[in-house]
Amino acid sequence: MNSQVLSLVLSRLFVALITLVIVSFAVFFATTLLPGDTATILLGQAATPEAVEGLRKAMHLDEPALFRFLRWLVGLLQGDLGTSYANEMPIAALIAGRFVNTLKLAGVTALFSVPIALTLGITAAMLRGTLYDRIVTVITIGVISVPEFMVATSAALIFAVYLKWLPALSFANEVHSMTDLLRVYAMPVITLTFVVSAQMIRMTRAAVIETLNTPYVEMALLKGASRPRIVFRHALPNALGPIVNAVALSLSYLLGGVIIVETIFNYPGIAKLMLDAVATRDLPLIQSCAMIFCLGYLLLITIADIIAILSNPRLR
Amino acid sequence: MNDKITNWTRSDDAMVETAIRRGATRRELLHMMLAGGVAISAGGLVLGRAGKALAATPVSGGTLKAAGWSSSTADTLDPAKASLSTDYVRCCSFYNRLTFLDKSGTPQMELAEAIESKDAKTWTVKLKNGVTFHDGKPLTADDVVFSLKRHLDPSVGSKVAKIAAQMTGFKAVDKQTVEITLASPNADLPTILSMHHFMIVSDGTTDFTKANGTGAFVKEVFEPGVRSVGIKNKNYWKSGPNVDSFEYFAISDDNARVNALLAGDIHLAAAINPRSMRLVEAQGDGFTLSKTTSGNYTNLNMRLDMEPGNKRDFIEGMKYLVNREQIVKSALRGLGEVGNDQPVSPANFYHDANLKARAFDPEKAKFHFDKAGVLGQSIPIIASDAASSSIDMAMIIQAAGAEIGMKLDVQRVPSDGYWDNYWLKAPIHFGNINPRPTPDILFSLLYTSDAPWNESQYKSEKFDKMLIEARGSLDQEKRKAIYNEMQGMIAQEAGTIIPAYISNVDATTAKLKGLEANPLGGQMGYAFAEYVWLEA
Repeated sequence: MNSQVLSLVLSRLFVALITLVIVSFAVFFATTLLPGDTATILLGQAATPEAVEGLRKAMHLDEPALFRFLRWLVGLLQGDLGTSYANEMPIAALIAGRFVNTLKLAGVTALFSVPIALTLGITAAMLRGTLYDRIVTVITIGVISVPEFMVATSAALIFAVYLKWLPALSFANEVHSMTDLLRVYAMPVITLTFVVSAQMIRMTRAAVIETLNTPYVEMALLKGASRPRIVFRHALPNALGPIVNAVALSLSYLLGGVIIVETIFNYPGIAKLMLDAVATRDLPLIQSCAMIFCLGYLLLITIADIIAILSNPRLR
Repeated sequence: MNDKITNWTRSDDAMVETAIRRGATRRELLHMMLAGGVAISAGGLVLGRAGKALAATPVSGGTLKAAGWSSSTADTLDPAKASLSTDYVRCCSFYNRLTFLDKSGTPQMELAEAIESKDAKTWTVKLKNGVTFHDGKPLTADDVVFSLKRHLDPSVGSKVAKIAAQMTGFKAVDKQTVEITLASPNADLPTILSMHHFMIVSDGTTDFTKANGTGAFVKEVFEPGVRSVGIKNKNYWKSGPNVDSFEYFAISDDNARVNALLAGDIHLAAAINPRSMRLVEAQGDGFTLSKTTSGNYTNLNMRLDMEPGNKRDFIEGMKYLVNREQIVKSALRGLGEVGNDQPVSPANFYHDANLKARAFDPEKAKFHFDKAGVLGQSIPIIASDAASSSIDMAMIIQAAGAEIGMKLDVQRVPSDGYWDNYWLKAPIHFGNINPRPTPDILFSLLYTSDAPWNESQYKSEKFDKMLIEARGSLDQEKRKAIYNEMQGMIAQEAGTIIPAYISNVDATTAKLKGLEANPLGGQMGYAFAEYVWLEA
């Protein structure tokens, strides 16, 4: 590790802390703007004024919201995420299992989508203007344009209902072997790979093409370097910055934005948890989820920056 | 399968089957089919299919997996807080009630051996012997007193606090006997006790995540917003359940729920969309659709104290202008039963089957509109997605009006804020009412002079008096006679048009047997897990 990377990491840590505090305040104010509170929402049609009053008291919702928020923040500093308003379970327990699920799905998806996207993006840039490049471009733009629920529902209809190759739900089935695992993850991973790869392919292709047009690549060509050597030795290291940033952005989406895939394949991840939390105005749970998304995003961006620095000869 | 018929679904089979049971002649049946657009040559095929009766004996074993439509972190195993169908299904599998409703809507004893009263005010509940909770503790009167009394505590947040408020005194007479005193006589107590919120829990329970009930399944897993798993209760006091374990979760996306059923991942998909019915039926005999009409309805309200509803002839004209058959066929896509302008649905024991729905008669409607002097005026009708299917219904009524020169202006307003801004307020608007277990609750909520939700501002002293009289009477025949008359009064006098009762359709694999319709709602009144079985 050189000093530049070290100072970057330190300054990022500092910025991350401040960002988290700002985000949590922003989320808190946004939450208080929402109409209704947990008591009125839990009671629904039975929400008579006395009933709401009684339940609020029992849930300690009669204390000022800011006070409850600050208490949660203090608890967080001591490593306690608090208790959910909606079901009185510890938030750490609610989040733990589902966060692991989300990480698993994101991990497996990254494992497939990143190599596929990089390969397609780089080869399309190398063979720019050829039939191959055009096919890749048309397909990627097509995939970007098709909404996620369409891909997911069609995949379920084709592979689960008509062909009966794969189960339609990812969670309801027991996993006994590696084949089971592959079968269960297949459809969510295919759907998510479709969604996140397209963006990465476009970015990779554009970044590589841009560096291929630079004078030093032309120089390498004039010196008689082979095509793979030009691309991998000279062009790619300089294009890596924007590429890893695109990858990081796509992966951060996998951490918190896969609500549609979670719903359609009944996969209990953290995105749906956040949605439930907002629907029931469950402040501690909303805050905890928001912190996780925020932290995940900052972490990925920092890693992307470090990779960019280490790979770029001029920044090293 | 049905080669020559294109618009015939299995719900029509059910219709034909009911007609055969009622003793319809072949001529009548063929007439029914012609009305449904079926060619005569196909008639024999349909009759053969509908006549196939399934006699079967329960089979033990297997893991039952079913999916509802809504679930969140607010899922609860506390019966008092249960708010979604998912909660009802879970509570029914882990707990028992004192009574439950059978398919005819009559209360039957569950944990109670007998519920008796001489004056409908003081009730004695005798409990069954030999019932134990999952933790081994025997069921006693104290548990029942605790379970009922907690609804009165505002900090519990009970959904039925208002209904429970009439229970003013609870006494454990001995280990097996409870005495309940009501604020005023109410003969419906056994039916009220069959509501899902009145499940019996163990005395002193504060942590409901253990689901320590007396029910058919013992809780193994419960993750709010994810799933629950119950294992067969080996010491269950009834016979059953048939299956070894029961897993329940929700898939909120309609298509995904149906796909999961068709792919064989689940045995039951609750409340499927009418559009998905064809997809399920196209799969052949491997799947079954079962329809439940439990009393939910969307109605057109005309306030009797505002223009133009204060003109009697306008109300009469509107009642003739509504084409109820067409509303069921197009607006509800066949998933409904024609209604007769009163809120007690055919699923209810007290429904008056002799009260016929008013026939669609544009000529008579025109006559009344002419008399009221409203022809040629433009009359606004407020409809919204908030009241399900109301926009389609409004369109059908509007089109019928246009035929006779009655100009109805359908104003479509957003769902958000509909219940606060338009419902009960606009002169002509749509409402949507959820099923309620007794006529008494429906009438006192919607039609008495002091009813909080009196949608058409219907006021009748005679009606109010009859309600009190029926409530306190223990003579069932007499009550039925009074409720019949009251249904007639609402249909004739009130300004509410109830064109249809909306049905709910559950789809199951054909392997799942024993599922019956129940007036408390779909999925066999949410209690199917205990009764169904899986054929190998």
